[in-house]
Amino acid sequence: MMIDFLNAIVALSNFVLIPAIAYGSQLALGALGVTLVYGVLRFSNFAHGDTMAFGTMTVILFTWWFQSLGISIHPLPTALLALPFGIAATALLLLGTDRVVYRFYRKQKAQPVIYLIVSLGVMFILNGLVRFIIGPGDQRFADGERFIMKARDFKAMTGLKEGLAIKTSQSITVVTAIIVVIALFWFLNRTRTGKSMRAFSDNEDLALLSGINPERVVIYTWLIVAALATIAGTLYGLDKSFKPFTYFQLLLPIFAAAIVGGLGSPLGAIAGGFVIAFSEVMITYAWKKVLTYLMPDSLDPSGLVQLIATEYKFAISFVILVIVLLFRPTGLFRGKAL
Amino acid sequence: MSDLSKNLSYFALVAVLIIGTGFYQSWNSALFILNMGLVSAILSLGVNLQWGIAGLLNVGVMGFVALGGASTILISMAPIPAAWQAGGPRILLGLALGAATIAALVIGYSRLPKGRVRTIVLLAVAVVGFFAYRSVISPAIKSVEAVNPALEGYLGGLGLPVLFAWPVGGLLAAGAAWVIGKTALGLRSDYLAIATLGISEIVVAVLKNEDWLTRGVKNVNGIPRPVPYEIDLQNDPLFVERAASFGLDPTMASTLFVKILYALLFASVLIILLWLSQKALNSPWGRMMRAIRDNETAARAMGKNVTARHLQVFILGSAVCGIAGAMMTTLDSQFTPASYQPLRFTFLVWVMVIVGGSGNNFGAVLGGFLVWFLWVQVEPMGLWLMQVITSPLAEDSVLRLHLINSAAHMRLLTMGVFLLLMLRFSPRGLLPEK
Repeated sequence: MMIDFLNAIVALSNFVLIPAIAYGSQLALGALGVTLVYGVLRFSNFAHGDTMAFGTMTVILFTWWFQSLGISIHPLPTALLALPFGIAATALLLLGTDRVVYRFYRKQKAQPVIYLIVSLGVMFILNGLVRFIIGPGDQRFADGERFIMKARDFKAMTGLKEGLAIKTSQSITVVTAIIVVIALFWFLNRTRTGKSMRAFSDNEDLALLSGINPERVVIYTWLIVAALATIAGTLYGLDKSFKPFTYFQLLLPIFAAAIVGGLGSPLGAIAGGFVIAFSEVMITYAWKKVLTYLMPDSLDPSGLVQLIATEYKFAISFVILVIVLLFRPTGLFRGKAL
Repeated sequence: MSDLSKNLSYFALVAVLIIGTGFYQSWNSALFILNMGLVSAILSLGVNLQWGIAGLLNVGVMGFVALGGASTILISMAPIPAAWQAGGPRILLGLALGAATIAALVIGYSRLPKGRVRTIVLLAVAVVGFFAYRSVISPAIKSVEAVNPALEGYLGGLGLPVLFAWPVGGLLAAGAAWVIGKTALGLRSDYLAIATLGISEIVVAVLKNEDWLTRGVKNVNGIPRPVPYEIDLQNDPLFVERAASFGLDPTMASTLFVKILYALLFASVLIILLWLSQKALNSPWGRMMRAIRDNETAARAMGKNVTARHLQVFILGSAVCGIAGAMMTTLDSQFTPASYQPLRFTFLVWVMVIVGGSGNNFGAVLGGFLVWFLWVQVEPMGLWLMQVITSPLAEDSVLRLHLINSAAHMRLLTMGVFLLLMLRFSPRGLLPEK
């Protein structure tokens, strides 16, 4: 009886908890980027998915280059070494687009809707650029040790029937996400620039009145967004694989996460990321295995007990989004939207 | 230059571009551009109704187009009796159960007193309803999909003429738009954008995976046509004789003839919709819509029900997109859900509306033609450009091969640049709103 229970817990962690925590961290980082742009620049950036794709692409290119030079940080993936270079390239790109594209509309005090359409144009360009440089296909760039713990070793170690596998990418994701989030909150709450960013986001006029330079705030925002987007994209790519179109499609869960948490609220973005990731993984998981351990033999489920097919995972973020929009449009953490 | 002559000269330019394609490339591709240009113009009219006239941001055009496409299957394919026998009524029963559950939830939410009791009751209804729905529908779907899966494996349609699918496509899209509009309208404009983006992904996911309905990624081929088949024309001695009198061989003549018939059909739909849109734009209703767009608060103060009007125009615009989707699938005579790509079916339409001139129906139509023409022609132009740029490189240089192979992605980039330039330097479009 006890063994069955342990087996159920292990199966649950292996197939639901660990993947959902990793995915949730990736979504949270993505949603943080969206929410920061929303808070400071005051528009929904539809180019965010493709910014992530661009950042990841540069990381992949640097990874390949390092691999060809024989540089590696085995057992960790080379991509981690390439990450700073990817962030730098993405930062240049975002500052460039801001200078060439967005600044004009900022000076005009354009409506958020106009920004949104402009970001669609930027999305087109980035999408074309990424496909042009690296092609529309799947790229795998994870190297180094694949697993921290293999399912077989775990079984041998504990004698349980169920194995528990932890991929390197998953633990790197979680560790990186924690570091990034701590750094971000430290920056926003403790440094002068961070405080001026929050002030600007809270009340633009008051911030201007107290002598905050808006262009400086905007530049810092883009720099942070570049880092967040590249890290989120690279972690997602290491964990799954890189394909430009998938990154475009991540836009929906990322926006859902940001809105569920409350647009403009960094804490909300993190919470939203995990809400979306856990719902997605739990609803598309076939619970047969776990239930077989937990239920008495006579009640064993006959089907897979999968609530919704994996193909409909977008529907889950969407339904959560709709529920939040209907009942609490400002999100869990009372973002500034509405 | 007066407005009329400006309009005329832009449309003359489009005509020259298409006719030029006919002379320099082939009449077949010129007619292809014309036909898809007509459909694009209709799509762009629909989005213009939402964005140009009412200021609503619909980023889910693809979903409505795909619903229109699916309606051609539901209306025009022959029903499959074996599949219906295997589980048709049971699927209908399952769908009815699902609908009843949702209805019960909605009614329960509005009728029951607020509180913990309501939450528990509604949750119970949702769980019971979901499992009842699944237990009824799952086995039925399995047995329907097992019926001759290589060729059928779905319920088929009603076997009606395919032209009926066009209005039905519009109705399906309107239904989806009602659901989205009910939830997302009245909130920030960004929310509507994200909600429509979501619904379009879901619609396409359903069409890809519900094999019993649309055969999913196995596609439906051979959707009946509203026009004669080339092979019948080629076997018709009268037609061959006529073609010969124009100096055309029968194969060529029949393909061109079929395409021209489509063009006439599409043009008549476009003219009807354009006429209706113009009427709407210049009616008190149209003026009210623009007043709401320009100053919502003032319109509210005048006693206009802004949310209801938004819902109305959102549904109308989406219905137009649905009609265009049905026409597009009719033109292809096959339904391939995997071909619905948001960049092509949503964002390109946005480029059309913005380039043409949002708020101006003729502008939207012009944008539809012009941007579609560019979309088709940028690919060969990009390839040519890449060949010129890379010509100093060695024949087998890796860079050269990569650039030439990637030239196809140039058009996304071009469209983005085009959109940004337009927004920056001529935000009102080629034919601005009056």
